[in-house]
Amino acid sequence: MTTPQTVPAPRESDGTSSHPQPPVLRIDALERHFAASGGGTVRAVDGVSITIGRGEVVGLVGESGSGKSTVGRCVVRLDEPTGGTVHINGTDVTHLSRRTLRPLRKDFHLVFQDPSSSLDPRMTIGQIIAEPIRLHRQARGEAVRTRVEQLLGQVGLRPEHADRHPHELSGGQRQRISIARALSCDPDLVVADEPTSALDVSVQASVLNLLADLQRDRGFGCLFITHDLAAVEYLADRIAVMYLGQIVEQAPTAELFAAPKHPYTQALLSAAPVPDPVEQRSRERIVLHGELPSPLDPPPGCRFHTRCPLATERCRTEVPVLRELPGGRQVSCHLVGDDGTAPDAAA
Amino acid sequence: MTEAVLAGAPGTTGEPVLSVRDLSVSFRSDTRTVHAVDGVSYDLRPGEVLAVVGESGCGKSVTSMAVMGLLPPTARVGGSIRLGGRELVGASEKELRKVRGKDIAMIFQEPMTSLNPVLTIGRQIGEVLRRHRGMSRKEARARAVELLDLVGIPAPQRRIEEYPHQLSGGMRQRVMIAIAVACDPAVLIADEPTTALDVTVQAGILEVLQSLRERLGTAIVLVTHDLGVVADAADRVLVMYAGRPVEQAPVHDLFGAARHPYTRGLLGAVLRPGGEGKRRLPEIPGLVPSLDSQPDACTFAPRCGRADDACTGGRPGFMSIAPEAGADAPHRAACWHPYGVDDRTGTESPATTGATDEPTVAARPDQEAGE
Repeated sequence: MTTPQTVPAPRESDGTSSHPQPPVLRIDALERHFAASGGGTVRAVDGVSITIGRGEVVGLVGESGSGKSTVGRCVVRLDEPTGGTVHINGTDVTHLSRRTLRPLRKDFHLVFQDPSSSLDPRMTIGQIIAEPIRLHRQARGEAVRTRVEQLLGQVGLRPEHADRHPHELSGGQRQRISIARALSCDPDLVVADEPTSALDVSVQASVLNLLADLQRDRGFGCLFITHDLAAVEYLADRIAVMYLGQIVEQAPTAELFAAPKHPYTQALLSAAPVPDPVEQRSRERIVLHGELPSPLDPPPGCRFHTRCPLATERCRTEVPVLRELPGGRQVSCHLVGDDGTAPDAAA
Repeated sequence: MTEAVLAGAPGTTGEPVLSVRDLSVSFRSDTRTVHAVDGVSYDLRPGEVLAVVGESGCGKSVTSMAVMGLLPPTARVGGSIRLGGRELVGASEKELRKVRGKDIAMIFQEPMTSLNPVLTIGRQIGEVLRRHRGMSRKEARARAVELLDLVGIPAPQRRIEEYPHQLSGGMRQRVMIAIAVACDPAVLIADEPTTALDVTVQAGILEVLQSLRERLGTAIVLVTHDLGVVADAADRVLVMYAGRPVEQAPVHDLFGAARHPYTRGLLGAVLRPGGEGKRRLPEIPGLVPSLDSQPDACTFAPRCGRADDACTGGRPGFMSIAPEAGADAPHRAACWHPYGVDDRTGTESPATTGATDEPTVAARPDQEAGE
């Protein structure tokens, strides 16, 4: 672990407006419940609140079934929330009709995990990137082509790539195309759902570098959804950890890695193997027992109590609330003191 | 190819149970020949874990499929694969069937596609035992319960009556391992066994593999792209690039003093959780070459900062790095200009100068669009 570093304050965009701007994204008590086929309700997302300031990168971390991708899909309205609200740039977009939402769509964009299934194989790269520019009338005629070439340059590709098709490019290059398309209308918010998980190690490094460079230059806010703690540490200012549809801990990145408070966060960090045999073989590993409970019937009390090595009677009955701790952190665990003293799940 | 005796891991002794020599695999179609594996050799001793590492298309999975005799008929396999003294290259399907599941077994990345969805867990484990061990239904059932217990599945008596869809991903992978080790094979090939699993589940699977080699002395070939998994579980590591072996070393030597520029690039590019936080990651410029040709040159040369005429003029042998260490040194690499033993930085990028054969337009990698 390195020494904790101060987290840069949310960056202002160009500063065109003198009064304080609303956050690019405010999610309040978001719920997405599905009716299960056998009756009952799947509580995929169950009361999630996240705020992302201008130019801030927030990592949303969790394992399969935690509901992290559903949060992302609700934000960009690929999925309809069943409760709570989503504000983008201060506008409530939770239940806007497709038609009313359309002009606002230039302000937010999504990058998916698998670029080969999110790019239309019949279109050229140029057409793929130009589509949002034309739809949102950001440019016309020759200016579109110029803009496409500019974007290709920004993601490290050459102008002649515009005339190729997705299958002619490597996985890393295709993900660069997805990023170019996402940035084509200069959005304030980019939702990136596992953008590097399908890529090889060396390609992943270059795509992460690219995202970091562009984020710094363009200053968009970003919700970075991933299961990969190392990738999120590299990009995010702040990290929210999800378990079974709820946020269990939220903290500035360096603080979260230096001293995770929630036993689940501790287990998650201890389980991610470090690529160094000396260090890896001397680490305490917290092995979680039992299965991830079903979101159809989440456990009473703390949702993590069935797998938590430290669970007490109170954890089994009383639902912990997400509390504010000193240092801009939040945690929902009965065992964490109000001053931030946390239990050690490895002990 | 004469092969030196490689030092095994501490506690592993004896003759190799698996010896691969100069293995090559190519696929021929009407228009092209793809050389997927080109000159791979390794030895595996009882109780040893050898990690085979590389990125997509490096040939690590094809190597394993060749060892299992599971390649399609279009594949042309050369070289030698000896399992307990028996040659597998060129063996008939009938002979291979006697070996597979009994002396050598394999687990795959996605357990759901390897398990039969309409048969109970108990039946699927029992099938192997009845076939190779001639057990009765009742004996097989009793042994299946023991095996589920061995791989850490709670309430095995109840679980053997269940179907694959009733289990979580981690539990399914444990069932796959139980099937694989049912006949106590000498060698287990695990091809990306934890890639489809969450990290907290992965930790449990790696512990099961560890306990197998300790309790049963199973030798394991662990095929993975994840250097964190390698650091956790391997005794020795073989790094592959574009179908060829580039470096092989005991795990601590590989991470501590990698000699091949590609290995260094890979180690530099990998993310370290709880590491330096926000920083620029070293990249490896350029793209993996096509496997259509077998150039008499180093295949990494176009992406390597240390490359010169020697690298483009001849293929480097896969040999001991330090001649003074003798021919049987456990650390070897295929490189004309390997890093020295004192270059212990380990994480630097091998090619900062961008030795690509095309002029660079923007100062970013990945732009050589040749595919």
